[in-house]
Amino acid sequence: MLHYIFKRTLILLATLFVASLVVFVTIEVVPGDPASYMLGLNAQEDTVAALRAELGLDKSRPARYWTWLSGLVTGDFGTSYTYRTPVADMVGDRLWVSLPLAIYALVLATLIAFPAGVYAASRRGGITDTVVMALTQLGVAIPNFWFAMLLVLLFAIKLGWFSAGGFPGWDAGVWQAMKSLTLPAIALALPQASILTRVMRSSLLDVLNEDFIRTARAKGLSRRQALWKHALRNAMVPVLTIMGLQFSFLLAGAIIIENVFFLPGLGRLIFQSIASRDLIVVESVVMILVLAVVLVTFAIDLAYAWVDPRLRGSR
Amino acid sequence: MRLRSFILGALLVLIFFSAALISYVWTPFDITQIDIKLRFKSPDFTYWLGTDHYGRDMLSMLMIGARTSIAVAIVAVGIGMLFGVPLGLAAAAYRGRFLDEAIMRGNDLVFAFPALLIAIMITAVYGPGALNAIIAIGIFNIPVFARLSRGAALSLWKRDFILAARAAGKGVTRISFEHILPNIANLLIVQGTIQFSLGILAEAGLSFVGLGTQPPIPSWGRMLADSQTLIYTEPQLALFPGLAILLTVLGLNLLGDGLRDWLDPRLRHER
Repeated sequence: MLHYIFKRTLILLATLFVASLVVFVTIEVVPGDPASYMLGLNAQEDTVAALRAELGLDKSRPARYWTWLSGLVTGDFGTSYTYRTPVADMVGDRLWVSLPLAIYALVLATLIAFPAGVYAASRRGGITDTVVMALTQLGVAIPNFWFAMLLVLLFAIKLGWFSAGGFPGWDAGVWQAMKSLTLPAIALALPQASILTRVMRSSLLDVLNEDFIRTARAKGLSRRQALWKHALRNAMVPVLTIMGLQFSFLLAGAIIIENVFFLPGLGRLIFQSIASRDLIVVESVVMILVLAVVLVTFAIDLAYAWVDPRLRGSR
Repeated sequence: MRLRSFILGALLVLIFFSAALISYVWTPFDITQIDIKLRFKSPDFTYWLGTDHYGRDMLSMLMIGARTSIAVAIVAVGIGMLFGVPLGLAAAAYRGRFLDEAIMRGNDLVFAFPALLIAIMITAVYGPGALNAIIAIGIFNIPVFARLSRGAALSLWKRDFILAARAAGKGVTRISFEHILPNIANLLIVQGTIQFSLGILAEAGLSFVGLGTQPPIPSWGRMLADSQTLIYTEPQLALFPGLAILLTVLGLNLLGDGLRDWLDPRLRHER
């Protein structure tokens, strides 16, 4: 196990290093100079040069990459070109919107998918199974930003139960903050809940065909007892993997959903930064999201190897 | 049940493909004609789906939008297959060796970037546009097809008919393209359908946030973005583009499921 962890950690670090290189190179080839962009068309040449020096743009590319990378490691993401505030602070504030939103959506998706998947599997081929499967087909096909708009139309405009957008901040109280994240979380959760329901169902059906379930039935357990006592635990491995993968989709999906609900999260930050050519912010936000995705994958791999020792040897 | 959903899927896909094709020669109205007097018309016998905030016919807009969506998705899936399949075949042919390892680690790296982030980075650099959206979605399709082809090809390499081909003196490349590829084509078609529907969703999402197709070219995502600001007063504008996306993606998914069952008889009686 220790050898496996060591090997996976090396791969993790290598992935992050290459990812940082890809992000830096992609962003650095952007045409246009941020300094002259910020100062406008009529700026004096020496003013632009001074700003370039202040922003560190006069240094060579490898030097800038090194500064950025070592900053990332120590938590110093540099200073935003436009806001003149540390990127780490800006990201920190926004993360407290995007991260709870993604987690909220994951919890909702799980709460919907588990009962639905188990129920559909236990009544396989029946009318409930058919209805659940049909609903998941719809859930997978619906664009979540459109679903978000429909939610706003119904629950905010027609019924007035929720606000149509905006975020009061955590200072306004957990209840208020969670309330404003509820519609976005539902919109984000729906497609993921549909996928998870299908995975839960098919994974359970696979396990229910296994010999040890037949043995359990032969021992005298009812179909339902066998399902709850033996099948469910064994069906969880693929389900957990998908849940881990979904977290990264939720974090990325939040970028679009935040725009529907005007939530001040990482998604809005990234679009504002692109519009104002604030490349250091774009670089850092993309890198943080990649880091989150890679870490979650890493954690799943380890959990997987811990649950199923056969996997440690392969790869 | 299975057959019925397959037929429904095929029918939906047929409708949207026909709408896109017909739009090249005919649309009910000319969408470049802006007439503010006609704006926000409810659906009637002249304007079947009503008109938008510029007085343009919604049905005509949706037909041309279908063209945009389908074109973006086809090219994106094409990029994925064109690069992904040979990479996967090569990885399988040289399994366990450096090339295999390099290709698969490269795959992992692309997987670490959610597709949306790639798209955002590309548009941050080269500016928004349909072409950049195609490239972004296409790049994300490469590892999907590489992984699928590798996995499927690996099991084929162990089979006797491949051994026979090797004994006949065929090289790795010839075997990959003459024997492996035809045998994994079924899988590729099914996955292609799924990626196609994901491509349509991705294009809509990117255009919705203004990174994809740019005006004046109509796109379903763009139409939804326009309707968002008017949702308080003209909520019907948000209805039809969303339904168009939903039904197309649904149709493609049902078609893909049906194709998989049909092409792989072992699955016919399962699930």
